Amino acid sequence: MSLDLSPAPGAAPVARMVRAQAAFETRMMLRNGENLLLTVIIPTLLLVLFSAVDVVDTGPGERVDFLAPGILALAVMSTAFTGQAIATGFERRYGVLKRLGVSPLPRWALLAGKTLSVLVVIGLQLMLLVATAFALGWDPSGDVAMVVPLLLIGTAAFSGLGLLMAGTLRAEATLAAANLVYLVLLMCGGIVIPLDKFGGAEDVLELTPAAALATGLRDVLTGTDATPWSALLVLTAWAALALAAAARWFRWE
Amino acid sequence: MSGPAIEISGLRKSYGGRAAVDGLDLTVPRGGVTAVLGPNGAGKTTTLEICSGLRVADAGSVQVLGLDPRRDHAALRPRIGVMLQAGGVYSGAKPEEMLRHVAALHANPLDPAALLDLLGLQDARRTTYRRMSGGEKQLLALGLAVIGRPELAFLDEPTAGLDPHARRRTWDLISSLREHGVTVVLTTHLLDEAEALADQVHIVDHGRVIAGGTPAELTRVGVSNSLTFRAPGGLPVAALTGALPEGTVATEPSPGVYVVSGPMDPTTLAAVTSWCADLGVMPDGLLVERRSLEDVFLDLTGRGLEP
Repeated sequence: MSLDLSPAPGAAPVARMVRAQAAFETRMMLRNGENLLLTVIIPTLLLVLFSAVDVVDTGPGERVDFLAPGILALAVMSTAFTGQAIATGFERRYGVLKRLGVSPLPRWALLAGKTLSVLVVIGLQLMLLVATAFALGWDPSGDVAMVVPLLLIGTAAFSGLGLLMAGTLRAEATLAAANLVYLVLLMCGGIVIPLDKFGGAEDVLELTPAAALATGLRDVLTGTDATPWSALLVLTAWAALALAAAARWFRWE
Repeated sequence: MSGPAIEISGLRKSYGGRAAVDGLDLTVPRGGVTAVLGPNGAGKTTTLEICSGLRVADAGSVQVLGLDPRRDHAALRPRIGVMLQAGGVYSGAKPEEMLRHVAALHANPLDPAALLDLLGLQDARRTTYRRMSGGEKQLLALGLAVIGRPELAFLDEPTAGLDPHARRRTWDLISSLREHGVTVVLTTHLLDEAEALADQVHIVDHGRVIAGGTPAELTRVGVSNSLTFRAPGGLPVAALTGALPEGTVATEPSPGVYVVSGPMDPTTLAAVTSWCADLGVMPDGLLVERRSLEDVFLDLTGRGLEP
């Protein structure tokens, strides 16, 4: 026993704790194979396949110009919602959140760490997907600056929904539901299939966070609408509701 | 640094109308190892989780290092180390990086690599948590409880399900913590563990403390110790009784079977063997039966301790 075990307690500076938590969460996320399937492989495959092959009628213009903004929305949803919900659900189930609750890390710092790591992973996804889209001949137009608030508010909305699900359902139920929602919104959330194909349901589908983000990004990046107010409004409402509900009902164990 | 490490009085906690802790009083001095001993479901884990601020008590007062575990949770957390029963580790994490991560949350942590060696987890260094054995997971949880160099360590069933080798390592680490002045509170349903490690033992049953003291004090209460051996019949037992300490009596209940009743200590044993040596007889099947904590528990509750 050569280690000096004598008491020398103390918390690390809070900035260091947040940084450590963010780095650790990022590493866990990038290491998880199932998560990479949802966040990297499926979006990239869909982008390449649907751009190259005429599977769905994406309306006038190049298919990639329609698909790329939708796939960017899918990337945000996959990490902020599906990935985060499943990971957090199992962290809760296996007592990780409880364990961290007796460490010096405050809860807000845990959530800050999670948020930062989600933003880092989304940043990496966007770099990969934008590069892939350009390689496929993507030709975006319009004011790119408007993309940033859409992505950030969209991330907040999907994070709130993911944490709400992880903090209230059993881990297995979260796993199933988060994947199901991912699949349904991928098909019906204006990501690869234009919403006008759904007839009368279009008005309802437009109110989903996936459709708001995909449509908002598409309107900006095709130069149709410089400031997509309705998309911003829908996403802000989802973010406010979901984060408030998560704060109210999230159970740590 | 004055006052006891933990002071609990009248603690109550119910789950769905069923009392898990039912008027528990407990004082833990600073330094040393305190064992909370009791069967499964006695309220040990609930008490420990209330002390570490994870649960709110229904009634009663709890002070840990002079702080209220709930209200002063932020101030208390850096000063305590907690080993919970359920893992608490990211399933994709490897032991060394998990230790490194928790070390990064503390101001003066132990060196993670050195702690990993001390725990004997070098071979599991590159194994993800979900692929580690149950024993390795337990040792890692212990490491996570001590890496921040706490003043007070709460260990909930630290050796449950461990093989003898891992159990030995855990005991060594707990002894070492005590030597370094860390206050250790552990729960266990294993009597030998409480007897071997603890300076103070509190026996808990149905949510309250039913006896407390050092292992020696507890096993001395209502002594019913005895020593038996076989030898040729008709030896002079009166002479042996005369050579034994006051209150200890030797008898020959059936020919050739000798019983010595009274507090058993090395002096008594030496008196018996030297008496045999003087007579030139060999005491066969010599058996010393001391009251164990198991007997104490059985006396107090009328049932055994093992689940």
